[in-house]
Amino acid sequence: MGLGMLASRVMRPTASKLPRNLLSHFHIRPIVSTPESSAAQAQPEPEPTPPPRAPVAGARVHFKNPDDAIEVFVDGYPVKIPKGMTVLQACEVAGVDIPRFCYHSRLSIAGNCRMCLVEVEKSPKPVASCAMPALPGMKIKTDTPVAKKAREGVMEFLLMNHPLDCPICDQGGECDLQDQSMAFGSDRGRFTEMKRSVVDKNLGPLVKTVMTRCIQCTRCVRFATEVAGVQDLGMLGRGSGEEIGTYVEKLMTSELSGNVIDICPVGALTSKPFAFKARNWELKGTETIDVTDAVGSNIRIDSRGPEVLRILPRLNEDINEEWISDKTRFFYDGLKRQRLNDPMIRGADGRFKAVSWRDALAVVAEVAHQTKPEEIVGIAGQLSDAESMMALKDFLNKMGSNNVWCEGNGVNTDADLRSGYLMNSGIAGLEKADVFLLVGTQPRVEAAMVNARIQKTVRATQAKVGYIGPAADFNYDHQHLGIGPQTLIEIAEGRHPFCSALLNAKNPAIIVGAGLFERKDKDAIFSAVETISKYAKVVRPDWNGFNVLLLNAAQAAALDLGLVPESGKSIESAKFVYLMGADDVNMEKVPVDAFVVYQGHHGDRGVYRANVILPAAAFSEKEGTYENTEGCVQQTLPAVPTVGDARDDWKIIRALSEVAGVRLPYDSLGAIRSRIKTVAPNLVHMDEREPATFSASLKPDFSHKMSLTAFGSTIENFYMTDSITRASKIMAQCSALLLKK
Amino acid sequence: MLARLAANRLLEIRQLFRQPLSSRSFSTALNYHLDSPDNNPDLQWEFSDVNKEKAKEILSHYPSNYKQSAVIPLLDLAQQQHGGWLPVSAMNAVAKVIEVAPIRVYEVATFYSMFNRSKVGKYHLLVCGTTPCMIRGSREIEDALLKHLGVKRNEVTKDGLFSVGEMECMGCCVNAPMITVADYSNGSEGYTYNYYEDVTPKRVVEIVETLRRGEKLPPGTQNPQRIRCGPEGGNTTLLSEPKPPPCRDLDAC
Repeated sequence: MGLGMLASRVMRPTASKLPRNLLSHFHIRPIVSTPESSAAQAQPEPEPTPPPRAPVAGARVHFKNPDDAIEVFVDGYPVKIPKGMTVLQACEVAGVDIPRFCYHSRLSIAGNCRMCLVEVEKSPKPVASCAMPALPGMKIKTDTPVAKKAREGVMEFLLMNHPLDCPICDQGGECDLQDQSMAFGSDRGRFTEMKRSVVDKNLGPLVKTVMTRCIQCTRCVRFATEVAGVQDLGMLGRGSGEEIGTYVEKLMTSELSGNVIDICPVGALTSKPFAFKARNWELKGTETIDVTDAVGSNIRIDSRGPEVLRILPRLNEDINEEWISDKTRFFYDGLKRQRLNDPMIRGADGRFKAVSWRDALAVVAEVAHQTKPEEIVGIAGQLSDAESMMALKDFLNKMGSNNVWCEGNGVNTDADLRSGYLMNSGIAGLEKADVFLLVGTQPRVEAAMVNARIQKTVRATQAKVGYIGPAADFNYDHQHLGIGPQTLIEIAEGRHPFCSALLNAKNPAIIVGAGLFERKDKDAIFSAVETISKYAKVVRPDWNGFNVLLLNAAQAAALDLGLVPESGKSIESAKFVYLMGADDVNMEKVPVDAFVVYQGHHGDRGVYRANVILPAAAFSEKEGTYENTEGCVQQTLPAVPTVGDARDDWKIIRALSEVAGVRLPYDSLGAIRSRIKTVAPNLVHMDEREPATFSASLKPDFSHKMSLTAFGSTIENFYMTDSITRASKIMAQCSALLLKK
Repeated sequence: MLARLAANRLLEIRQLFRQPLSSRSFSTALNYHLDSPDNNPDLQWEFSDVNKEKAKEILSHYPSNYKQSAVIPLLDLAQQQHGGWLPVSAMNAVAKVIEVAPIRVYEVATFYSMFNRSKVGKYHLLVCGTTPCMIRGSREIEDALLKHLGVKRNEVTKDGLFSVGEMECMGCCVNAPMITVADYSNGSEGYTYNYYEDVTPKRVVEIVETLRRGEKLPPGTQNPQRIRCGPEGGNTTLLSEPKPPPCRDLDAC
């Protein structure tokens, strides 16, 4: 927040006056500056024009209508801002960071902390800049003695009941109150009464509460109501007895609850799993992305030495704004448990024995050569990166097989048109939609950040949401239209009441769940959806509302790379199965005499059936490309070293190909990326969203060949969806305590 | 050194004057709910048929998209129906009526000290504790009540008839000290909320005893010398008809 700068700026005028003040009020409070004395001092010489300043944190000004621009003066420096901005936002554009506690740009304005007081010319009192709309010609002064004194007063009141327990507080070092008290706090208090104490609340296994530290900014209450969409938290009591709580004993059952830890400006809400683990200045931050769902939330992995200690969100307006789901934030302890650290071969007694890489690869290569090419099957797991999937496909192709796919994509998925498996409107684009039709998808558990967007849209514009699928949990108003294809057919034929909503919508959006990929009648369902999108004008040159919500981080890249099997029944006749982190494959379909190689980082479901284990690096330990559900390509960066003898996925396959005598022609990440470029050029444009160019339908017309079995729910347990989350103790606690029975 | 000594001394003196901690008063009780047999979310609670009509009438005062505005009158109605206090299930019922999340109702109910969230007696006696009444001896009045009834503040007597609470200024400062008697003995129909002013420690005990006998007592000042808010023993000033303020002659314009 640039508070160091803020502090230094505030200190400057004081420092220049310090000697005089020291002499006159030595025994009182040397920090207090008197407004009168400095006003007299500042008056005589005319103010030189201050140098222009850069906006705070890259604050952008977007003028919808050039006529709406107004000019205000911040510390004498003129800035042009659009009408309707608050004084605080105007100051940010002018490059002045106003101290604040309750104001948060993504939440509604509360105006109750009073820390953002500034002086406005011709206003009798200091004004709370976060709640005051900027008016044309307003002269705002942010570093005058009046503003400073007002903030010092507010700070003294805030610190009155705040315990001085910074040394044992987890927020220490990243605490807004601590930082701002460096600028506006006194070195002693005048409060001699008893400090109040507040009973701690139990909000569940993720959020630790020390409510005595709370300064009643109500950010968490507003977050829960407005962003998370669960009205659990509230402000109880009044006056000095005021406190944040749920009144009745209730856990915070939101999939976004961890974000209150970030928005809490003090140490009242901190991370329970991270409690007393580390100080934030000891941690190394690695900017990477999340792989637990198909959203690809931008995260920062904070690590110390070989250990991942916590995960925080990074700002990305197009994907996750500044929130992340609880699964993303807290699954990191799974990275330490159940890890595979040595190559292992299952002996005759059924037990695994650690061997050297050379031996393991030799065994795998030998078996692979003894198998007929059409009996070789490769399955990429849901956490696989594009590089390793490319290597796997190339390796299998060289061995003569093309039975390679990514789990979750089903076996008859159409990978020809990108528009058929991407979220074409983009995650941020969902905000433009005014009617949503969710087909067989429960976004709250499948992609919590996409759900947060829908929630935001519904809350902001009262967008209508229709849902077809099994009874599910929603945190916004929705109509449950039906449970299966029957309703979809009715809508496609225009017999359903929801059709009028779709027809009247300006920007209708249809979101189809990737769980339907596994259904046999997938094509019929998709053509029904296409019929709907045709008559409701969902796909237009200016708006593409046909969306598929994928489930796993690997899915989009796998389809881009063409990881689709030749035949649907290949797994039943397989003799050599190469599982690259694939744990959700139905192992019962694999023949008993098949040789199964499991390459992965966790001893999860796939290991039970494996004959050979090849240890690989987890997403936090490697550089890998992932494409999210909207087609945005991002990469992970290594934050911690790999465990034991584990290697990057693509390197293992590269080494195996050499042992097997079908050497793959790439030795470095750059080389494999140029190979990817020949297959899917969009996958090398990092941090760019490549929209599907061609969305004309080449599919057969809508037919009634759908089976009428109801849509199933794809994710049973939001907290445990892949091998890392299943190994996590925190996620186990969450599923035990927070899941609705 | 000297300054520190002086500061310490000052602190000691302050400590002496400070009320002992136990009597530190908050206007409200606990700000969170503790389950008990007679107060937990699993209990069923509904407005009675008569009060359902009343609730409908209350809701009709507000636009249909601002039902939540009715939260205070509805909570009041629920409190009258439930013998003067609001169990959690009653608040949930109100939340259902006005179609908001229960926490929004809890917020309101905890904010206002007039909503009792723990059991009160049939006659809930509220002693005004604000400055004018306090100067005129409200502490003694409360002590007398508590001693006579043998309870602590916000505790209910064994027979369930009385409880004593504190409240903030009710605007009767001219006849301070005062107490308020909230009478929940007859449900929401016979509910009264009467002020008894100019009370003395002796008089409050008499009031309590009269109420115990079930007799009605005229509210207002308890000082026989005083008529309503007039001065004791008649006016000593402003004896003549008050002169109208000097005003310009409107007819002349």
